[in-house]
Amino acid sequence: MTLLIFEQFLNGLQIGLLLFLLAAGLTLVFGIMDMVNLAHGSLYMMGAYFAAVFVQWTDSFILGAILALPAGMLLGVATEYVALRNLYARDHLDQVLATFGLILFFNEFARLIFGAGGMAIELPELLAGQIEILPGLPYPTYRFAIIAMGLLCAGFLYLLVQKTRLGMLIRAGASNREMVGALGVDIKLLFTLVFGLGSALAALAGLMSGPISTVQIGMGDNVLILCFVVIVIGGLGSIRGAFVAAVLVGVLETMGRAFLPNILGSFLNPSEAGTLAQALSSMLVYILMSGVLVLRPAGLFPAPGR
Amino acid sequence: MLKSASLRFSVSTGVALLLLLALALVPVAAEVFDDPFLLTLFTRIVILALAAVSLNLILGYGGMVSFGHAAFIGVGGYAIGILAKHEIYAAWIQWPVALLMSALFALLIGLLSLRTRGIFFIMITLALSQLVYYLANGAYAYGGDDGLTILKRSDFGGLISLSDRPSFYYLCWALLALSLYLTHRLVNSRFGMVLRGAKSNDRRMAAIGFPVLRYRLTAFVIAGTVCGLAGVLLANHTDFVSPAMIHWTRSGDLIVMVVLGGMGSLFGPLFGAVGYLALEEILSSYTEYWKLLFGPLLVLVILFARGGIDGALGRGHGGILLGIIGGFFLLHGVHLYYDDAWAVPAALLMGAVGLVGLMQWLRLRKARKAGETP
Amino acid sequence: MPVPSKSLPRRLSALHIPTLFSTAMRAAPLALPLLALPLALAATPAAAQPAKKIKIGFVTTLSGPNAAYGQDMKNSVELALEHLGRKMGGIPVEVVFEDDEQKPEVGKQKTEKLLQRDKVDFIAGYIWSNVLLASYKPAVDAKTFLISANAGPSQLAGEQCSPYFFAASWQNDQPHMGVGELLNQKGAKRAYLVAPNYAAGQDGVNGVKTMFKGEVVGQDMTKWPDQLDFSAEISKIRAAKPDGVYVFFPGRWGVQFLTQYAQAGLKKDIPLYSAFTVDAVTLKLQKDVALDTYLAMTWGPDLPYAANQKFVDAFKKKHTDTPTFYGAQSYDAINLIASGVAATKGNLKDKDAMRKALEAAKFDSVRGPFKFGNNHFPISNIYQQEVYKTADGGYDLRTINTVLTAHQDLHAPKCKM
Repeated sequence: MTLLIFEQFLNGLQIGLLLFLLAAGLTLVFGIMDMVNLAHGSLYMMGAYFAAVFVQWTDSFILGAILALPAGMLLGVATEYVALRNLYARDHLDQVLATFGLILFFNEFARLIFGAGGMAIELPELLAGQIEILPGLPYPTYRFAIIAMGLLCAGFLYLLVQKTRLGMLIRAGASNREMVGALGVDIKLLFTLVFGLGSALAALAGLMSGPISTVQIGMGDNVLILCFVVIVIGGLGSIRGAFVAAVLVGVLETMGRAFLPNILGSFLNPSEAGTLAQALSSMLVYILMSGVLVLRPAGLFPAPGR
Repeated sequence: MLKSASLRFSVSTGVALLLLLALALVPVAAEVFDDPFLLTLFTRIVILALAAVSLNLILGYGGMVSFGHAAFIGVGGYAIGILAKHEIYAAWIQWPVALLMSALFALLIGLLSLRTRGIFFIMITLALSQLVYYLANGAYAYGGDDGLTILKRSDFGGLISLSDRPSFYYLCWALLALSLYLTHRLVNSRFGMVLRGAKSNDRRMAAIGFPVLRYRLTAFVIAGTVCGLAGVLLANHTDFVSPAMIHWTRSGDLIVMVVLGGMGSLFGPLFGAVGYLALEEILSSYTEYWKLLFGPLLVLVILFARGGIDGALGRGHGGILLGIIGGFFLLHGVHLYYDDAWAVPAALLMGAVGLVGLMQWLRLRKARKAGETP
Repeated sequence: MPVPSKSLPRRLSALHIPTLFSTAMRAAPLALPLLALPLALAATPAAAQPAKKIKIGFVTTLSGPNAAYGQDMKNSVELALEHLGRKMGGIPVEVVFEDDEQKPEVGKQKTEKLLQRDKVDFIAGYIWSNVLLASYKPAVDAKTFLISANAGPSQLAGEQCSPYFFAASWQNDQPHMGVGELLNQKGAKRAYLVAPNYAAGQDGVNGVKTMFKGEVVGQDMTKWPDQLDFSAEISKIRAAKPDGVYVFFPGRWGVQFLTQYAQAGLKKDIPLYSAFTVDAVTLKLQKDVALDTYLAMTWGPDLPYAANQKFVDAFKKKHTDTPTFYGAQSYDAINLIASGVAATKGNLKDKDAMRKALEAAKFDSVRGPFKFGNNHFPISNIYQQEVYKTADGGYDLRTINTVLTAHQDLHAPKCKM
């Protein structure tokens, strides 16, 4: 039983880390540029599509993944340049609506180019097996790879934000954007860099989730909302907050999905138990967010000065 | 700046009244052209326009960006659906229950969210509506994700039969017209003034002595109840409710309608709803990739055409725009009916209408240049 | 501004009628296009239509991850029309395809559009049970015959059966009952069941449980259609150590589950039994993973009937791949409609006669002898199938034996017809 709980915890961690990759980009953009970008989910989707196409072309998962990252980043920077640059000065409603329009565009765009059916990303032999993490607990290699990758990125982001000059600018910008600009930093370049980083992270999240879910139109829309929940819980502009919140949300939802049906199954039939359990585990996350908003409106780890 | 909400002296009022007249003629058109689908389509447009009007009250006039308004459509709709599943069809029971539930949900959501501002308000209304969405998903007995078919529409006794589609349409139309009138009265009353003042600067209103939160909550509940009414009508219209009605993208659609039509203007939601849905229908018949055009169009409207359709009408650009769109509609209609020989007079008509619009625009430009306020 | 007073003339003047009028006059040319709006959105009137024609509306999934099945059905429908010479009973026939996007509310809207705008004489299609349940009411209310080419929800086989509804496929529970019987035959005593939590999934587990004589040690209903990650359920299966696992995951989800099941290393330890989870489309992605699993179905591409061989051969010639059962059922649905039209000599107005003709089902089905039960659902065999590797390295399905013979679904008694 403890092994099962640990296995489910790992599953939750994996989902949470994928969510973190997506949320990190979003919280950076929101924290530094004060911009709500609903199209972040579209970048996630396009990252997955790029990877699917490149994997098909190169017949290699690693190569396809590596190619998809700069492609996603370029797409993000291009979107920023063409459409989003004008939105920085606008209020949040305008940003929400304009980026909502971008979602519609990207979904159709992907449909036009890649077709209405989904695509699949195949895993190489190396990643398709299991690893025995603990005696008696074989765990899918690929999921383990996701966890490893997620932790690696978290570490990389931590080093970037805490130990480099760019990171210092990011933290300063999250606290007080105008002051940073007033101190002579090239704000436009900073914004573009931050957006590019966020887009690359989104593309990475998309391409990593491709093999375990399907690559399809609109795959970003559902995960986007969860992403916003994560950054609100974690605190806008805080990568540390995004990490904690994402793992929390991932584990909470997975544990709920795994164990609630059994708990409810003792007095409901399996279909009812299943339905209620899914609804409850999803609701738990939103209840958590509402609670955080009521008790600590700035999030769990707010950027100082907010 | 507080835009004048008066009914008189404005082009958009005239256009709106003529649009309402055109909408009233739809059942006749459906009969004449033997196209019952027309009536189905416009019933949906009228019902969603009603929902947009309710959203405009809090979004346009009140400045509260609620990203969870579709939840009220869901509450109203599901109230009807659940009662119908238990074989309670009497409208005298169903409708008050549905409206009461919508009001209660609005009260609850309002109490939880109205203390927050800005992006947090958007997020928490989104989160709370997603809670309602998952609640509907989890309601196994009522179909859950598959939705719930409604076997019989609300029963009004001998008064009106909702199964008679023209009658049902006129009921929806009347409720839409009524909601527009009531909105007009409300926003021009003292209550409305406080609400609109709070949108500009709520601290000032509080300093003057108004309990802003209470006013906002009241407006929120009114908006939620009217939206619940739209949900009731939608459930009767489609004979079906499902959690998809509550999904956050539907709330997004409503906000698009309000903003497209012109936030904070009386007839804005009407223009927005008709424009968005009619455009969707027409464009989708030409190409299945219509959202490819619509997405960027939305972005452009947000960026450059503040004030939406209503604002454009006031500034005269609307005249030209309507001329072009009107010509397009006429061509579309003509093309379906007759040979292309008729395209010539249709194009001439389009030119005439566009010309009138152009004249309107030039007239306003001259007035502006001469220093008068248009 | 005049002060409104109590007298009526003053009140009227306060309305500024001249100004309202001039406003309206100014606005009129601008609003003329709005009056044209209903005109623009109306369709061609019936008067402009040519002579008699059979119109069939076909609702299926043409977008999203399962678009391949919609395409398979579309190809099969086209093939059926080709073999009929595009005529039924001598009358030219036209099929209008609509995409339900796998969503119940969209399917309903498209169904209504087909009924009201295209004024179709028959409606067919529907892969998903939830889409069908949302959409059937407008059709039967409009007294238009609806032939399901796939979905067979228990509700429509029982209390809510309708004289206007026919299923050319099966009732949902049936193939799963075949799986339950297979579990018995293979000596499994403890089974774990996993299915998606929607109408067909619920019917599925009910079907298995009706036949399976052993103990159900666990049952998981997964979130449909969002859930694509089955790690939690697979972990639970491993912990429960059953003799066999039953799954029902149609379409893309079948690929996902089987792949994850194999990735978790369970495939060699716990045999997998399924219905609808392995088909010609998923096989291309499942490949080796689908070998050594137990499958039950009402149709296979190798059934020895002339009509079947004609269909499969022609399909392979035109589209290279083997058709799926979705396609086979669509082919049958079109031929069923054709038999009805031929029997009533094209008189579509006599609904009773058409109903009787359809009930008689005098057509050459790809499943051999075809017979309806009282609830308009077929009485058919359920076969055991398995996957094998073809000579050119591809994969295909072959039928091994008959698990259930001339099987009727259990909901028929609840139908009052």
